[in-house]
Order: sequence, then C-alpha cells, then structure tokens
Amino acid sequence: MNRYPWWKYAMLVVAFVIGLLYTLPNFFGEAPAVQVSSGKVTLKIDSSLVPRVEKALADAQLQPDFVQFDGNSVRARFGDTDTQIRAKDVLSKALNPDANDPSYIVALNLVSRSPAWLTSMRALPMYLGLDLRGGVYFLMQVDMKAALTKRAEALTGDIRSLLREKNIRHTGIVRDGNVVRVTFRDAATLNAAQAALAPALPDLQWDQGTAGSGDLQLTGSLKPQAAIAVQQAALKQNITTLHNRVNELGVAEPVIQQQGADRVVVQLPGVQDTAKAKDIIGRTATLEVRLVDDSTEAAAAAIGSAPVPFGTERYVERGGAPLIVKRQVILTGENLTDAQAGFDGQTQEPAVHLTLDAKGARVFRDITRENIGKRMAILLFEKGKGEVVTAPVIRSEIGGGRVQISGRMTTQEANDTALLLRAGSLAAPMEIVEERTIGPSLGAENITKGFDSVMYGFAAIAVFMCCYYLLFGVFSTLALAFNLLLLVAILSMLQATLTLPGMAAIALTLGMAIDANVLINERVREELRSGASAQAAIQAGYERAWGTILDSNVTTLIAGVALLAFGSGPVRGFAVVHCLGILTSMFSAVVFSRGLVNLWYGRKKKLKSVSIGQVWRPGGDAGKSAQA
Amino acid sequence: MEFFRIHRDIPFMRHALVLNVISAVMFLAAVFFIVTRGLHFSIEFTGGTVVEVAYSEPADINKVRETVEGMGFGEVQVQNFGTSRDVLIRLPLRGDVKQTEVVNRVFTGLCQAAGGQVESAAVTVAGDPATKQQCAKGAERPLELSRSEVVGPQVGRELAIDGAKALAFVIIGIVIYLALRFEWKFGVAGIVANLHDVVIILGFFAFFQWEFSLTVLAAILAVLGYSVNESVVIFDRVREAFRKFRKLDTPQVIDHAITSTISRTIITHGSTQIMVLSMLLFGGPSLHYFAMALTIGICFGIYSSVFVAAAIAMWLGVKREDLVKGGGAAKAADPDDPNAGAVV
Repeated sequence: MNRYPWWKYAMLVVAFVIGLLYTLPNFFGEAPAVQVSSGKVTLKIDSSLVPRVEKALADAQLQPDFVQFDGNSVRARFGDTDTQIRAKDVLSKALNPDANDPSYIVALNLVSRSPAWLTSMRALPMYLGLDLRGGVYFLMQVDMKAALTKRAEALTGDIRSLLREKNIRHTGIVRDGNVVRVTFRDAATLNAAQAALAPALPDLQWDQGTAGSGDLQLTGSLKPQAAIAVQQAALKQNITTLHNRVNELGVAEPVIQQQGADRVVVQLPGVQDTAKAKDIIGRTATLEVRLVDDSTEAAAAAIGSAPVPFGTERYVERGGAPLIVKRQVILTGENLTDAQAGFDGQTQEPAVHLTLDAKGARVFRDITRENIGKRMAILLFEKGKGEVVTAPVIRSEIGGGRVQISGRMTTQEANDTALLLRAGSLAAPMEIVEERTIGPSLGAENITKGFDSVMYGFAAIAVFMCCYYLLFGVFSTLALAFNLLLLVAILSMLQATLTLPGMAAIALTLGMAIDANVLINERVREELRSGASAQAAIQAGYERAWGTILDSNVTTLIAGVALLAFGSGPVRGFAVVHCLGILTSMFSAVVFSRGLVNLWYGRKKKLKSVSIGQVWRPGGDAGKSAQA
Repeated sequence: MEFFRIHRDIPFMRHALVLNVISAVMFLAAVFFIVTRGLHFSIEFTGGTVVEVAYSEPADINKVRETVEGMGFGEVQVQNFGTSRDVLIRLPLRGDVKQTEVVNRVFTGLCQAAGGQVESAAVTVAGDPATKQQCAKGAERPLELSRSEVVGPQVGRELAIDGAKALAFVIIGIVIYLALRFEWKFGVAGIVANLHDVVIILGFFAFFQWEFSLTVLAAILAVLGYSVNESVVIFDRVREAFRKFRKLDTPQVIDHAITSTISRTIITHGSTQIMVLSMLLFGGPSLHYFAMALTIGICFGIYSSVFVAAAIAMWLGVKREDLVKGGGAAKAADPDDPNAGAVV
C-alpha cells in the first residue's frame, strides 16, 4: 500500500534535477565582465556585434569565457579583473574610433560565474533587488493629462485644416481641456462639418449643442478607447526615451518598467549619485528640421576638398555619409506631435508618417512650397552632438501637418526611424514621486543578514525535527530542503528579483512549510497510538493529513494572492515568494516526503515498527517506543 | 521524544468564558491604544523624506538634530538606528521645498557640520561603474549616506488604500472559503478570531509606537492567512469528531478536537516561531519589525484559534447536523475503517 508507481519517482527525480540545475547558478557568484551597449539613440545593437567584439579581443590576445548578446547589449565574461580592465580598454578603442564621440558604451559589469552550458539553457541566477545590492530607485509619474491635451491640440489643428479643405465656414475653433469646440452660424454648415469630420477623425466623438453666444456648437471629445491608446502610447514612448537616456549612464542591468497605468519605475543598480541620474533621465534630446545645402561648394565640402560654406554645418548621415546642412532651423521636435511607421498609400512602400502641430504645419507648408526638389534633413541632437536621422527629397508642397517620409526603406528601417523621431522627447512630462537610495554596504549587509536568518532558522528546525521524529524527521527535513531548492529554482527560472522582503518570505514560508510535515507525522503517530499496523498508519497518516493540509494552505494562499493583487513594491516581492512557497511546500510535503517514506518502508512486507519517535500510549506500556 | 502525554481530553471549553473575557479586554485595550495613540506610520504611508547616514564614529545625535532643525524643514525626527553610528532622520512633507532636493541639502548640511566637503567620486560597486556623493574631510570619510527615501503624498495615500483593500479581500476571501468548505458559523468564528489577532498586533504597534511599514503590513496579512490556517486544522478535526463520536456533545467534541491537535499546533507554531526568531535575531534592523509583528501574530494565533475561534463557533451553535450532512465534499474519515478511532 505504500509504493509509488515508477512514474511518480521519475517525476520526483525530474523535479529534483530541474530544481538543482536552476538553483545552481545562484551559487557560482559573479565574474568580471565587459558590457557593450549602445551609446546613441541612432545606433541599434544586434548580434552582428558579437563577432566584432570577439575579433577585437582576439587581436589583443585576450581570451573571454564567452561573448553573448542578450537583447540590448553584448557581454563578454573574463576570468579575472585584470583581463576585464584590459578588455575594456581594447574594446573602447576598437569600437569607438573617435573617443570624443563614442557610439558604444563600454562598461564594466558582472556576469554570473556559472558555466556556459548552464547559461545556454537559460539557467541564470536571480536578480538582486536594490535593497540587496545598493543603487537608486525612482518612481516616475507620467502626466497623462498633458498627453491628452497634446493630442487634443494636434486634433484641433487637423480639424482646422480639414474644414478649410472642405470649404466649410466656422466661426471659431477652441480647445477647452481635452475637448474641441467648433462653432457655426447655421445648422446646415454644422451638419456638413460633422459629416466631413466624423469619418476623417475616427478618434473623436461629436456632440451638437449651443454655445453661450447662441451660436450652434459641435463638441468633439476623445473616445475612451482613443484616450486609452493615447495614454498607452505616451507611456511606451516615455519608457523608450528613458531607456535611451539610461543607456548613457553605462549602468549594468538597469530596470525600466511600467507600473500601473501611468507610472514608470527606474532602478539603477550601483549608482549612488542621484543628482547625476536625475539630470540624465530628465534631459531631453532635441529634434531639428533643416534644409540641406546642395550647392557645388557644399558638395565639395562634403567630400572634404573645400571648407564648409558660411552658414552651414557638416553632419554625418546614419549611413556614415557626410552632409552639409544649413544652420537655420525650420522646425524643432516641439512641433512634432507623433511619428509612426506605416506604408505609403499609393506605392505600398514602407514609410514614416509624421504629425505636426498647427504652427509646425504652417511653417512646413511654406518651406516645402518654396523648396520642391531639394533635400531636407531631420537631425537628432544628443549630448550637444547632432546626427542626421534621415534626409528625404521634398517632392511636393505638404500642407495639413501630415508628413510622409518614404522611399528606399525597409519596414524595419521605417520602424527604427519612427522610433528615433519619437525617442528624442517625452510624450508627456514626468515627475519623480518616489525616490530611494540604498548604499552598497547596506545592501551587502542586508543580504548577509537575510541569508543568515534563513540558514540558522532552517538549521534549528532541522535539528528539532530530527530529534523529535527521528527518521520521519529526517524525511521532513529533506522535504523542507527540497522545498527550498524548488522555490529558489522557480524564482531563478522566472528571473524574479530577490529583495529583502522576498528573503523574509522564504524564511517564513519554510517555517510554515514544516506545518504540513508536522501534521503528517502527528497523524502517523496517532494512528500508531490507536494500534494501527505500521504500513496502515503511514497510509492513513498521509491520506488524512492531506485534507487538512489543503484547507490550511488554501487559506494562506488567499492571503498571499491578496497581497499580490493589491500590494506594491516590497509587499509584492514578499507575496510572490510567499505564494510560490505555499505551492512548492504542498508538493514537497505531500509528494516528495511520501516518496522518501515509500522508498524506505514501502518494500518491507512485514514492517513491525516505524522510526517516528516515541509513540506513547495512555495506560498500559507508557514510554515504550514504537521503534524496536 | 514525546512531549504530549495527555490521558483524556482537556476541558478547554470549560474555561472558554473566562479566557474570552480576557481576550475581549485585550482587544478593547488594543482598540483603545490604536485610537488614542495612533499608529506610527512609516514614510511609505505618510509621504516625506527619510535619510539614513552612517558615521565613521558614534554620532552626536544632538548635534545632528540641531543641524537638521536649523534647515527649517519643520518637525524633524532624529534617532539612532541599528548601531550608535547609524542615524535615521525623518522629515515631513513640505509644500514649498522640492522634495527631491531635501536629501541633498540634508546630506550637504550634515557633511559641512562634520567639517567635510561633498564631492562626487567615481567608485566601482560590485563591478558596476558608479558615481557617488561622498563627504570628504581630507582623506577621511566622516559620514556616508546609506539610504534615502522620498515618497510623494499621492503614493502614500494609494498605498494606504491598497493596504485596506488587501485586508478586506483577505477577510472576505477567507470567510467565503470557510463557509463553503465548512459552514458559515466556522467562517465567522475563524475570521473574528483572526481580526482579534490583527487588532492586537496593531495594538502593540500603537502602544510601543513601533514603526508601521509596508513590510509590517505584509507580515500582518501573512498572519491573517497563517492564523486561519490554525483554526482550519481544528475545525477539520471538529468535523471529523462529529462524525466519529456520536455520543459526545458539542463542547466535548471541540475539546477532543483541540486536544488531539494540540501537539501539532504547538510544534508547528514552535517551528515557525524558530524561523521568525532567527529573523528577529539575525535579520538586522530592516527585518526587525517584520519579525516582531509575526512573533506577536504567532503567539496570539495559537491562543485565538484554540480559545477564540472554537469558542465562538460553539456559541454560534455549531451542531453535528451542520457538518455531517453538508460536509460530503470533504475527505472524511471512513466510519467503517478498522484503523479509525483514535482514542486519547
């Protein structure tokens, strides 16, 4: 009755092996590494950088453990810090020919020391939260009202130009918060306007009414879905922009995450200077539109055979070709309300669609009318240095504030360009609502203390269980250790961030997990006390305890889920570990410890006694141990 | 080893009235302290600024207090934290001063008071290149900024609301679960017992003016789950005993259920308490109040599940019919099982 089918053991072995594999990386510690990330918005890092890094290192006769691309940076791990520092110098020289204008950020970093085969199966150590490693934390609030106002402002411009195009006479267009009010003299014009506007601007819903002056009024307000889309886009763009700016700090493993509907969390491990961090994440890149100088002097200057003509500047295009651009700024990023990748309506070529505000639209129309056939450059300025994002040829006068850049672009390039054009600025202003700094020594202290409390607590429980329940106590202790292993493995698999409350939750979960084992052991004892045979007592003990274990854990889980749902920050870190711990503890207490017991006792047909400590029977042979 | 050698059922319920009067008195005392003294909410709930500085030598608290008070931030609290070298400074929210600048101003002020100069130094923290504001007095570093937090009023209010929501969710969730799994009387009894624990923990925090932070809230909610867990084990036994011993009346059944689980109750709580004690002893100041809330929760958890929950269920009139009929879904003890019938 106490035997497991082979597949149950197979399952336990698989769980154990997986648990071990994914827990392992946490023990290897960290090795010095060099991280190469993009130093410019215009430069995107992809896996093609890996061979370049490898070659540069090979040329300098430096042997990395491995070079790996992880989505937005390339990392090379080294055996010791000497090689790491030399490699850093080698790489910055090789990748950044011009030291004054670096395209790549080469930073020192730490990478898990776990062997390459573990890393290749995505067995990575847990991240350590800021409270365990030190750094700064910002919680930034995005001003969604401003994002909506900006959108309404853009729509106002659209309405104005649409009505002009259709020759519909209105008596005024006013933006009032997030709604646009258009007034008309008579009902016929109003209806005509509504008929024209409704299909052209699907984001708005229209209501008819009467203005204070007695004129007829059409009120356009953003549809709820459109408003949500605007807010989401704004948040996404702000996150992208923050990513680009943080990159510049050269911080290893920065975290930039959305939190809730309108907040962004920025974590910069290792950084201690809040003032500088704030300065960088709060800074804006600027976008400028200027005309390209295509005179013969300029062409000569571009190839370097003549000086740059008066009133112009020399910039480099994304491809690397030089371009002579006039100093006069036509438009700035301020006038750009949106940039999206899409397709040309006629040729179906990939294109970038820009939307300008009312002032921008007017200026743009005048400039394009006067400069058909000439080139126009869109420049992005960062850290005081400009770069040409794109320089299209003006084909016709562009009115209405909707600009399309197309020709010789792949879809990917169109996406990148749109991103670049948006990336320069924040979609909506942000302010810091919460800020924390944790010193590195405090972090190190926290991790030692957290680890110590788990270790001593575990040891004390293990000693007690083994003394009190003898062999069954050993099984319980093993089950508890298995639980810890599974929990750490799952957290590592999820790449969860371990924080101090998370460590506290591990300790508490272990303390509570022993409950299931105690329940089982006490039940088995009780069965023995009432005279059941050894095998039957084991069987009944596990069976009966299961209902109780389930009930008690579900109630605990309810509390855990509530913490997860409503908590934030440290509470959530605690809750994640707590909930996972409850699940793993049920599995390890019920399935794993039973497996051990079955393995030990299950095969013995004539089992006389069980090593579960004293089973005292009231009356009669008091004090007689059940163990022979 | 065997700690519990119990000859016959302990008549717990005979003392229920006296003990419940005591717990009612404790409960009222806790409510009294919460109302009169209030909780000492941490910065996470109230908003404001906290700066923790580590001095290289034992700090002169009075001097630090004078320096910070001199900056005119309003009501400032300065206290030791952990060791005599660590100082914790709390500053209230101020409308006119930009919150995020406060930390810099305080640190600079303290640095100058210690005769040093603030400078930005390049350091390598665990391999990460970083810059750090340091207070330098020649080659010495008289003090360092170990932690700072700035929380806006908006965030604090939201956290308080979220905390209240979580508490409500847990209470409702547990009542519903217990009502479905057992009977509504048990649901009510269980939750009353748990709220009793929570209110008493809060009472302790109010009485001693311990800091009530987000982690403490997490601990309290964990206690809620944990303490119900305890009641559930006893209820489970009550149901089983009702099925098995048809002759016993309700108080006797409850006495039997508690007696037969008391060894497990004490051992389980003991081991959880070992873990929590380990956190209290080795976890350092950051985990101190977390472990404290759990310690109180565990102590009252045992008591309340034995005396409060079971007694309330008794007074609500739990009957054999309530459980034996409706409890078909539960894995009950088979009355025909030859091995059944534990007699203690």
